Amino acid sequence: MTPATATAAPTVEARELTRRFGAFLAVDRVSFEVERGEIFGYLGANGAGKSTTIRMLTGLLAPTSGAGRVAGHDLATEPEGVKASIGYMSQKFSLYLDLPVRENLIFFGGAYGLWGKALERRADEVLALADLGDAGDAITGDLPGGVRQRLALASAILQRPQVLFLDEPTAGVDPVARRTFWRVIRDLAREGTTVFVTTHYLDEAEYCRRIGLMVDGKLVALDTPAGLKARWVPERLLVARGRDLARAVERARDLPGVKNVMRFGAALHLRVEPGALSEQDAAAALRAGGASEVVVEAAEPTLEDVFLAVVGAGGRGEEGSP
Amino acid sequence: MTHEPSPSPGAGPAVIARAMVRRFGATAALDGLSFELARGELLGLVGPDGAGKTTAIRALAGLLALDGGEAQVLGADPLSGANRERLGLMPQQYSLYRDLTVEENLHFFARLYVLPRAVYRERKERLLAITRLDRFTDRRADALSGGMYKKLALACALLHQPEVLLLDEPTNGVDPVSRRELWALLHEFVHGGMTVLVSTPYMDEAERCSRVALVHRGRALLDGEPGALIARFEDEAYEVHGGDRERLDAALAAHPAVLAASPAGARLRVVIARGARDEVARAVAPLGAGLEPTHPDFEDLFLARIREAA
Repeated sequence: MTPATATAAPTVEARELTRRFGAFLAVDRVSFEVERGEIFGYLGANGAGKSTTIRMLTGLLAPTSGAGRVAGHDLATEPEGVKASIGYMSQKFSLYLDLPVRENLIFFGGAYGLWGKALERRADEVLALADLGDAGDAITGDLPGGVRQRLALASAILQRPQVLFLDEPTAGVDPVARRTFWRVIRDLAREGTTVFVTTHYLDEAEYCRRIGLMVDGKLVALDTPAGLKARWVPERLLVARGRDLARAVERARDLPGVKNVMRFGAALHLRVEPGALSEQDAAAALRAGGASEVVVEAAEPTLEDVFLAVVGAGGRGEEGSP
Repeated sequence: MTHEPSPSPGAGPAVIARAMVRRFGATAALDGLSFELARGELLGLVGPDGAGKTTAIRALAGLLALDGGEAQVLGADPLSGANRERLGLMPQQYSLYRDLTVEENLHFFARLYVLPRAVYRERKERLLAITRLDRFTDRRADALSGGMYKKLALACALLHQPEVLLLDEPTNGVDPVSRRELWALLHEFVHGGMTVLVSTPYMDEAERCSRVALVHRGRALLDGEPGALIARFEDEAYEVHGGDRERLDAALAAHPAVLAASPAGARLRVVIARGARDEVARAVAPLGAGLEPTHPDFEDLFLARIREAA
């Protein structure tokens, strides 16, 4: 497999990467390549093997079998080279809560072998890059969650990594702070950092150039967001808005040609066989089911529609209750 | 010991927060926060990180004292501990025994609440299936991923089917499939009469509450039924058609009339201050793009209101 650009070897390469814990197969022969400067999304349900894959690619966990290279270094024979070329933000916050923000960066920079004026300069650079310019003197433990996550990101880029591994960096972060966080990630990628990121917020996954989807340890899909939508949600997608839609879910599900009905906030997404059901007919059926002020429109599927189709709710009809 | 008649179901609100004030040093985490939950209501508490949501939940759970105002759960001061067994709490972090397995944690909570064995077995099976933890019953809590840990904590909080359930960001790190299943489960309990207060950073979850309070700097900016709040929303939501999303995003980031920008598939979605549509359309036209009106959602409202309040 050659990357489309063919300018350089892939920055991250996994070949049949496998990890077993006792009888449990956490990661099962996973292969992919990530190009330089790419934002690569790695999605899947809890327990699908995302974090285990990251721990192998960051040199923290030895694969049971298979191989991988990160920034040109072999995972098995050059783990120190791997560690020197990457930044890793794990799900657990690992900075000192009682230290001021900038001192945390100075401390961790020291651990990476930076020192003196160069370290001071780099600490200020990463504060600016992570949009933390005026937070340097704040006590880390006093920071709101979203700002704390940007500090963890700042510390992960101290040593100018070629590849940045982010394991659910925005879990629990509010919508405003998530946008700030992703602006920083996109800036880093634009300047050539390769970003490997997991998330359960599928709106932000739209920023990934390509996405891999894990199910029970296997990589079952790998494509651009547009490619995934075309392949996994080939039906027409109707979005219904209105009041009391929950009452009409069962009726909508029983309509001819309706493959699936899912809740998206207050709205419903209906996956419909082409030509099977018009917007007007769907609206009439929902009204008959007890909903009111109903508006039904065709729409493009979201990555969350894809996730639900791939990961499994798709085939089971999902939620019975309102 | 005096015997007070227990309040009949349906008498008075299940939860009252009245002008709650709580200071930590110089900062007021709660600064006059008020809301009420009727019995059987599902109230969502949303707001930026640090708005005071966790402090409010801790006050209602009887875990911290207020400096002013009043908290009441099922007619009693939460600090009195009077209704402890009728109240369920899922804190944001560390509510489980790390060195016990999934199954052992559930068993521990069942014994704590003295559940009959048959009831425990039935609820355990159901909660394990819904949370998809049934494959992982032998795994220790400290070896669970963040999302799996959350699901186990929620299962433990639901095991004794409390009358009032307080959930502090129960779905952080939980995948989209399990998140839907957990919400279906919450609705089922609410349908059966449970009163639920839930804080969340997910605005699609806020849309699924019977009422939402938007908290900012320790007070409620808005409180109402989410559909009604969106219907009253005076700013406008648009999808930007044509042009390159990244270039449009960069061009609009600094525009004063653009209150929020979000990815919507390959396109950009923006919230524009009322009346500024033409001005923004002129700004995107040179980039080969135009504006198409779309339906505002709760996330649009959240982003616009917080931006205004900042």
